[in-house]
Amino acid sequence: MLAKRIIPCLDVKDGMTVKGVNFVNFRDAGDAVELGARYSREGADELVYLDITASHEGRKTFTQLVKNVAARLSIPFTVGGGINEMRDVDRLLSAGADKVSVNSAALRNPALIEEIAANFGSQVCVVAIDANYEDGRWMCYLNGGRIPSGRDLFRWAAEAQERGAGEILFTSMTHDGVKDGYALEALSELSGLRIPVIASGGAGRKEHFRDAFLHGKADAALAASVFHFGEIGIGELKAFLAGEGINVRQQQVI
Amino acid sequence: MKIAIVKYNAGNIYSVDYALKRLGAEPVITADADVLQRADKVIFPGVGEAHTTMAHLREHGLDVVIRNLRQPVLGICLGMQLMCRFSEEGSVDCLNIFDTDVKRFIPQGDDYKVPHMGWNTLDNVKEGGIFDSRQESRYVYFVHSYYVPLNAYTSAATDHILPFSAALQKDNFHATQFHPEKSGPVGEAILSNFLRL
Repeated sequence: MLAKRIIPCLDVKDGMTVKGVNFVNFRDAGDAVELGARYSREGADELVYLDITASHEGRKTFTQLVKNVAARLSIPFTVGGGINEMRDVDRLLSAGADKVSVNSAALRNPALIEEIAANFGSQVCVVAIDANYEDGRWMCYLNGGRIPSGRDLFRWAAEAQERGAGEILFTSMTHDGVKDGYALEALSELSGLRIPVIASGGAGRKEHFRDAFLHGKADAALAASVFHFGEIGIGELKAFLAGEGINVRQQQVI
Repeated sequence: MKIAIVKYNAGNIYSVDYALKRLGAEPVITADADVLQRADKVIFPGVGEAHTTMAHLREHGLDVVIRNLRQPVLGICLGMQLMCRFSEEGSVDCLNIFDTDVKRFIPQGDDYKVPHMGWNTLDNVKEGGIFDSRQESRYVYFVHSYYVPLNAYTSAATDHILPFSAALQKDNFHATQFHPEKSGPVGEAILSNFLRL
């Protein structure tokens, strides 16, 4: 049976992770490759590396980081941030990324999804959606949640699927950073899609991951700070989820 | 030991290359028939679309080369599907090393999405070849929308929507639907087994 996935997300600026890490005895706090390797050892199912650099130089550094991650890790990883056109997709996949996540660029130019799917297959194309709950509706935002797009979450997710997206990564801006759980109702509605849905935004406790899978019917759950700050260990999280009857891949000793 | 990775118009070649290097091997990535025929082991990877990929292989004569290899060969993901008789993806005749067809998954609600993407178990593993006693019920990483039904060559099964082939074997030809190069320590053990054949 297919396991529910746990996905740590690492924000990267100039090749280093930006969110603080306070693991005990962890000497390479800012090193994005080392942190990814650590998560992999602890049982992360996939990783997401998000480039939050704006400069051209930063982009080059990120591409080199992707090569280093691909050389080191033996689990799949997605890269996102600053992907505007096919040239960016080609550069990152050639560097060894397994999937790319497109967000604002897909909202501005939805045909980009079809282009990625046609050239590299749907499985590499993750469409990331930042949405906020307002006036009874879930509305999509551009540029890291700064610019309203006027598009409805469910309609955009369905369109992205039809255009060839392989997965939807839904971040609730309403829940992000609050640590009071994922947007369960919206997730549950998105689970009607044919393609997998990754829940993002709101994880604070282990129970929140359980709820994302059981009530939100998500296929995967992504989180950043609870992992980076060592509040929840991936091993203990998976043991908890298994105890709640959720099918997860527990760390395997060979 | 010379290990050759078949180079063609598909993705995923780099991650196989990286994985083999982590195991201490030094593979060459090539479309040269002579280099492929003289290699000790050949890996036929692939993420892509069956119809266009088969057309590319035929155009470069690689279909005949791969079919006639005598050393251990490992097909991965699309590589495995192309080693079958026929694929519903683009309705294309394939290499016919494994006398079985490739079919499209039909999505079945919340619990059964397509693509089949993520970690799933290896069931009824046949030891020998690329598997040993350590892989039964272990998780490996899959990403695919088409599947090979259970058949006489199935060397491991998995289950998503229905039970199907996670791996195939016939003579010197080994193939995995999952990605051993992306399956953590379990995948590394499988690749090591292949390198020792």
